Amino acid sequence: MLTVSMTVNGKEVTKTVDPRTLLVTFLREHLNLTGTHVGCDTSQCGACVVHVNGQSAKACTMLAAQVEGADVTTIEGVAKNGDLHPMQAAFKEHHGLQCGYCTPGMVMSALDLLKHNPDPSDEEVRHWLEGNICRCTGYQNIVKAIQSAAQEMRS
Amino acid sequence: MPDTGIGASVKRKEDYRFLTGKGHYTDDINKAGQVYACFLRSPVAHAKVTSINAEEARKADGVVAVFTGQDMADDGVGSLPCGWVVTDRHGDPHKAPPHYPLVRDKVRYVGDQVAMVIAESLSQAREAADMIEVDYEELDPVIDMKSAENAELIHEEAPGNLCFDWELGDKSAVDEAFSKADRVAQLDLVNNRLIPNAMEPRAAIGEYDSGTDSYTVYSTSQNPHLLRLILCAFVLNLPETKVRVVAPDVGGGFGSKIFAYAEETACTWAARKVGRPVKWTAERAESFLTDAHGRDHITHVELALDAGGKFLGLKVDTKANLGAYLSSFSTCVPTYLYATLLAGQYTTPAIHCNVKGMFTNTAPVDAYRGAGRPEATYVVERIVEVAARELDMDPAELRRKNFIQPDQFPYQTPVALNYDTGDYEPTLDKALQMIDYTSFSQRRAESERNGKLRGIGFSAYIEACGLAPSAVVGSLGAGVGLWESAQVRFNATGTVSVFTGSHSHGQGHETTFSQLVADKLGIPYENVEIVHGDTGQIPMGMGTYGSRSLAVGGSAISKACDKVIEKGRKIAAHLMEASPEDVEFKDGHFTVSGTDKSKAMAEIAFTAYVPHNYPEGVEPGLDETAFYDPLNFTYPAGVHIAEVEIDPDTGMTEIKDWVAVDDFGRILNPMIVEGQVHGGIAQGVGQALYENCVYDSDSGQLITGSYMDYCMPRADNFPTFRVGMTTSECTHNPLGVKGCGEAGAIAAPAALMNAITDALDQEIDMPASPEKVWRIAQAKIKQAAE
Amino acid sequence: MYNFDYHRPNSVDDAVRARGGSEDATFLAGGMTLLPTMKQRLASPSDIVDLSAIQDMTGVCEDDGRLAIGAMTTHASVASDPLVNQKIPALAKLAGGIGDPQVRNRGTLGGSIANADPSADYPAAVLGLGATVKTNKREISGDDFFVDMFETALEEGELILSVNFPVPDKAAYAKFPNPASRYAMVGVFVAQVGGETRVAVTGAAPSAFRVSEMEAALSNSFSADALRGINIPADGMNSDLHGSAEYRAHLVNVMARRAVESLS
Repeated sequence: MLTVSMTVNGKEVTKTVDPRTLLVTFLREHLNLTGTHVGCDTSQCGACVVHVNGQSAKACTMLAAQVEGADVTTIEGVAKNGDLHPMQAAFKEHHGLQCGYCTPGMVMSALDLLKHNPDPSDEEVRHWLEGNICRCTGYQNIVKAIQSAAQEMRS
Repeated sequence: MPDTGIGASVKRKEDYRFLTGKGHYTDDINKAGQVYACFLRSPVAHAKVTSINAEEARKADGVVAVFTGQDMADDGVGSLPCGWVVTDRHGDPHKAPPHYPLVRDKVRYVGDQVAMVIAESLSQAREAADMIEVDYEELDPVIDMKSAENAELIHEEAPGNLCFDWELGDKSAVDEAFSKADRVAQLDLVNNRLIPNAMEPRAAIGEYDSGTDSYTVYSTSQNPHLLRLILCAFVLNLPETKVRVVAPDVGGGFGSKIFAYAEETACTWAARKVGRPVKWTAERAESFLTDAHGRDHITHVELALDAGGKFLGLKVDTKANLGAYLSSFSTCVPTYLYATLLAGQYTTPAIHCNVKGMFTNTAPVDAYRGAGRPEATYVVERIVEVAARELDMDPAELRRKNFIQPDQFPYQTPVALNYDTGDYEPTLDKALQMIDYTSFSQRRAESERNGKLRGIGFSAYIEACGLAPSAVVGSLGAGVGLWESAQVRFNATGTVSVFTGSHSHGQGHETTFSQLVADKLGIPYENVEIVHGDTGQIPMGMGTYGSRSLAVGGSAISKACDKVIEKGRKIAAHLMEASPEDVEFKDGHFTVSGTDKSKAMAEIAFTAYVPHNYPEGVEPGLDETAFYDPLNFTYPAGVHIAEVEIDPDTGMTEIKDWVAVDDFGRILNPMIVEGQVHGGIAQGVGQALYENCVYDSDSGQLITGSYMDYCMPRADNFPTFRVGMTTSECTHNPLGVKGCGEAGAIAAPAALMNAITDALDQEIDMPASPEKVWRIAQAKIKQAAE
Repeated sequence: MYNFDYHRPNSVDDAVRARGGSEDATFLAGGMTLLPTMKQRLASPSDIVDLSAIQDMTGVCEDDGRLAIGAMTTHASVASDPLVNQKIPALAKLAGGIGDPQVRNRGTLGGSIANADPSADYPAAVLGLGATVKTNKREISGDDFFVDMFETALEEGELILSVNFPVPDKAAYAKFPNPASRYAMVGVFVAQVGGETRVAVTGAAPSAFRVSEMEAALSNSFSADALRGINIPADGMNSDLHGSAEYRAHLVNVMARRAVESLS
């Protein structure tokens, strides 16, 4: 067993876990943060995307041990005091989600995109989302939501 | 119109929880003392199981129990039923071999459940499963439908691996039409097999309370009541009073979560055996192997035409793959949901269709978004396109020439359906205008100058939603009724709880149903709460599939609201000292005609629960239930036009433009409807260009068993779809609505493939993968050079 | 996933020692291949030696006219590194096209080439630029590094520290991704470097390879047209449901031409 410490959504946590514990398992089962989802086993669907030290990463393809000492943000840490972040608000405004399962990963990935590229083209948005699979929306309203959030966040 | 009223793009109520990570999907639920199940699955496609040795596994760390089919047999556990009996053309019912949750004698596809291991942790369960020794006496796998009739038998009950040989339509009328034809277009088609891939993998928790001898099942289900019915009446022989099924937030279904599966059955049964909650969540690899797959037809179609292009007759021969076992509704999909749609939007007077349902050593095949209707549209719209090319007619004009005209409704097709309403030409015209059809040749020339091949393709689809009425579907073999329930309960302080048998797994019912109720009852949208997905709370309901939720479930809600208003009218009349006949209800207020006396709905609700001053003979409370059994299907229809550009060097197809014009009847929330259209098109495009389920034809191994090989469409695969609407309201339901959930998936494959075949000037089967397209494009270039 | 012992050494020496402690131990770089493989229980190392805490294995620096890139440098870092973008933009572009953004944020240069996936992108650059792989024991020429499918010249326990890329006069990379996995079905790296012309192909065959006929043609005339008619034999090419050997062979020519065209 290993003792792992990290900061999750601003709170320091320390848990003793099996070395094989994945970050996503750590979040879901040890911290009960079930907003981070698992949709595949080949690191492709992106339902599990979180931020590790400010960068988006797939929590299903990291050991909790690898995140020792890091700063992790999950979907639960995005809204502040119950108010949706502009990205979350844009997903709602533009119907960028249906079943909601891929949504946390989409939002976390999109936030990382805007950090790199605050004013992306539609093509750049679509390309960035290569690692996030949505089966419901056809992506159109996700792209629209991200563009709207980008505009909001720039102003 | 209030901004939350009918017709407004109200933002969704459900979004806040999903956007903040507070959704509650089945795998998010954990029960005190729960143990974890893992299924040992067959590594081979077809074999006799001669022995299972689980001794070592039972002794392994953390293992609570190991169960096999024999354990279930000893407990009298039954077979998972198929809920629709198809009568074949000789008058016999389809062959219905048993489908046990854990195999008893044979494994019949890779992934079949051989044993269930339950342990304190998931890792322990998995590791113990590896310790089970199974002896398989391998048999030749039957993978290819075409040769299945003469292959090894999968089920003793089904000679020739034939489940049914079924037909619909008047064969002699069709033969006569063909004998008079000036021209016959024909085509062989493959409707490729798909794996549904809802993003949330299936999951289940079975829980048993020995104090009350009752079960609670949490399941990723599109229709919890149907699951309860199957669990109780067919598999576990339990009274429904002792089983509660909860389908909480469900992460997409697309049909694949309609069915009762082995795993949830086994978890429920095992919960009592081990005395602890048993949880199972599919890994994606298991979803690929065991979620019911979709489509998988091979078809020969012929269309007879006169010299002017009028359709005279249609002849369709299809083999449909049913997989290794019959999933819950597998038999009706390639029959009653398929052949009945072969008239399309056209006046074809004679149609005959023969369908052979085949068993193979592959995963069960059942309804997947559209279920039969995409297959029918694909057949009709591809052959119409072929005919247009052979006649050298504009494909839009050929369609126009054969459309059912507005004055012909209600229109009886030669394949059983009676279309209540439709208006196809304006839809086509709007689509042509949106895509700027007249200047297509210029765009094609421009592409050619850039060394690319450009094509345009049409799909004038029709679908039948809200399968009904119950008496009719019953006469066709359905084992269930296809009505829906709703309970509308005013609470004392004026809020309304609505209990619906429909189940939302992405469709946004919490929003649209709230809009509907707020409009009907004239109360604030915020005051309405929609409750679904829990047999412990809601009246018996039939769930969500076949684009039925609004047309059937919404109509039930509307009816329940009517009952609430009628009762409210009596209470209001009493309070206003008027006769109920003189009391009008409008915008949330009861008023006495011709006076300024008025009572708000909320006040009436309060009075119903605090009945101090109350009409005689009226019960307290304001809580009404309605069941709605539709008079007919609804018939959404529309035209999609796709424009593609092909790079002949690589075979890559790029979708340059997409126009969808749909007639869904009355629309409650345009934002949600457009979202459904986008998603449907994406799945249709996925089928036509990317997705393909492939089994190795020798071994029966699933080759496309992960996202590494099964090509899931991503954001950069799509253009921006342009969506338009026309409206002809449904004539027989109280809302005038038709349904929109499947239209995109039904329309899209034909539109796209017609565009690709237009560009290539050659027929090609789905998926139009780069290599396939490249080969044809190269041959075409070579030919042009010669 | 089977269990293992986890080590997170701070130095190369400690890492090599930890790795040597068990014959079933393995290094963990970004984990983008190793962890999914372990999740599917296709690999079960006894010990995981996580390299992420070793400071001097990341970053890009100029070294005698070459770019030395630390083995633990992520694809995202290479893609956005100013020096790489200035000196070898084709390498930045290649790195920026690997996997998806989350894979690029975690996956590393060293991990990628040590794994030698036949459809990985980096092998095309290592071979196409004639890079040198520096390990804890020696320097391995890029031409000798990739041996076969998932097989490199690395010895048991040998650890890649950095890769030295010569700065080319010009270079470009074009790939045709597998529509499902998005790995390279065919990727072609062309470069004029150190007085020679190099054409390296990944994705098409069990291991990355150079195409001498194309190199000769481009040496004569560095133009896409010079490549027309150079048919790569389909023999020995990979073949799967996404692309036959013949199709891959054809795509090598198309991608090579597109790479060259992108330079004009």
